[in-house]
Amino acid sequence: MTQTPSYIAWTRDQMAARIANDIEDGAVVNIGIGMPELVANHLSPNKEILLHSENGILGMGPKPAADAVDPDLINAGKQPVTLLDGGAFFDHSLSFAMMRGGHLDIAILGAFQVAENGDIANWSTGKPGAIPAVGGAMDLAVGARQVFVMMEHLTKDGQSKLVHRCTYPLTGLGCVTRVYTDLAVLDVTADGFAVRELCPGLTLEALAALSGLALTATSHPGV
Amino acid sequence: MLSKVRTSALEALADVADGATVMVGGFGNAGMPMELVDALIEQGSRDLTIVSNNAGNGTTGVAALLAAGRVRKVVCSFPRQSDSFVFDELYRAGKVELELVPQGNLVERIRAAGAGIGGFFTPTGYGTPLAEGKETRVIDGKGYVLEYPIHADVALIKGRLADRWGNMVFRKTARNFGPIMASAAKVSVAQVEEIVELGTLDPETIALPGIFVSRVVAVGKSARAAA
Repeated sequence: MTQTPSYIAWTRDQMAARIANDIEDGAVVNIGIGMPELVANHLSPNKEILLHSENGILGMGPKPAADAVDPDLINAGKQPVTLLDGGAFFDHSLSFAMMRGGHLDIAILGAFQVAENGDIANWSTGKPGAIPAVGGAMDLAVGARQVFVMMEHLTKDGQSKLVHRCTYPLTGLGCVTRVYTDLAVLDVTADGFAVRELCPGLTLEALAALSGLALTATSHPGV
Repeated sequence: MLSKVRTSALEALADVADGATVMVGGFGNAGMPMELVDALIEQGSRDLTIVSNNAGNGTTGVAALLAAGRVRKVVCSFPRQSDSFVFDELYRAGKVELELVPQGNLVERIRAAGAGIGGFFTPTGYGTPLAEGKETRVIDGKGYVLEYPIHADVALIKGRLADRWGNMVFRKTARNFGPIMASAAKVSVAQVEEIVELGTLDPETIALPGIFVSRVVAVGKSARAAA
């Protein structure tokens, strides 16, 4: 297991581009704080994708020019944004009705762990002394029709973030539908993780060994 | 004549009692009623429970109220911020209690209080540590958690314009929790940029009908909202 890897992991931008490519024209999407924010840079201008922000925006646009920043127009990460033509503002109750009520097509979340039964842990490592914060993550996890997770496949010390069962505090049960890592794209199925695509040079067997999990291939083989 | 207009923020908050539960609108600094929170600090009530999405940024607003030692408990969804050092220090020192609530449950519990709902089953948080000890039910094969309303003695919110009957309009993402919190408090106090004549606000765009607003104060355009 200590041999030099023979594969070439995808960069974060390559991961983001894959996710953006899989979002259909007309989809309503909530992009979570952190790594998923990169996805916004890769959305095709040929598709109309409506971005939702939990603090009351549908049709969120890109970052404004420095001289056009409006402190009353921010995203969930409290960063200045813009509103597209056709966009709308609303209060928090309606915003979370959109999330919890199954009205968003896709939520893209970062995660500490995703389990093969679709459980996700992304809000707390449970470390003593840490300040817990959850925000809207649990509402997105239970409410969006599809939950995509974008994360590194392995922790810094080589532990798989794809797991049999999560050991960190859970965000939601059985809700993740697909995982995009730097090594692979995987669907969550009734039989566990099914690999859609592998990074260059990686085999299904090698990924299964790195993940410590039994993996299957989907009927949609990638590159 | 019905007029909810008060001449100053301090006058509008004169009767806040020690031990009160105070909702504070805003998401980050957007919609944060800074002038009202400043007035609450000056007013002097203690042992407060603050219900707000965050637990203060930097050294102003809710962070200043915390720093002044006036808060016993915070009910919020996201206390941890890059600049939440005031809360972080008090929390680690055990000087402030935290009830962490998923954001959608927070707003729905507030909405429930304002709408006269005694409790509701929500899927958010089911099976997670934030539902521990709570009643659950499986409905049509899906798990739900029983959550109860959050009532407040006072709500502090910020809008753009109001009339003397308390009808209000908001601005962009500064609306957030404002209209919901106003409905859930015995006394709801709003700061606005300007108070306009009755009939000036387009009735089709009033986002908070005056029935939910007890007192309004014009504070001008808040220079500090951009800080």
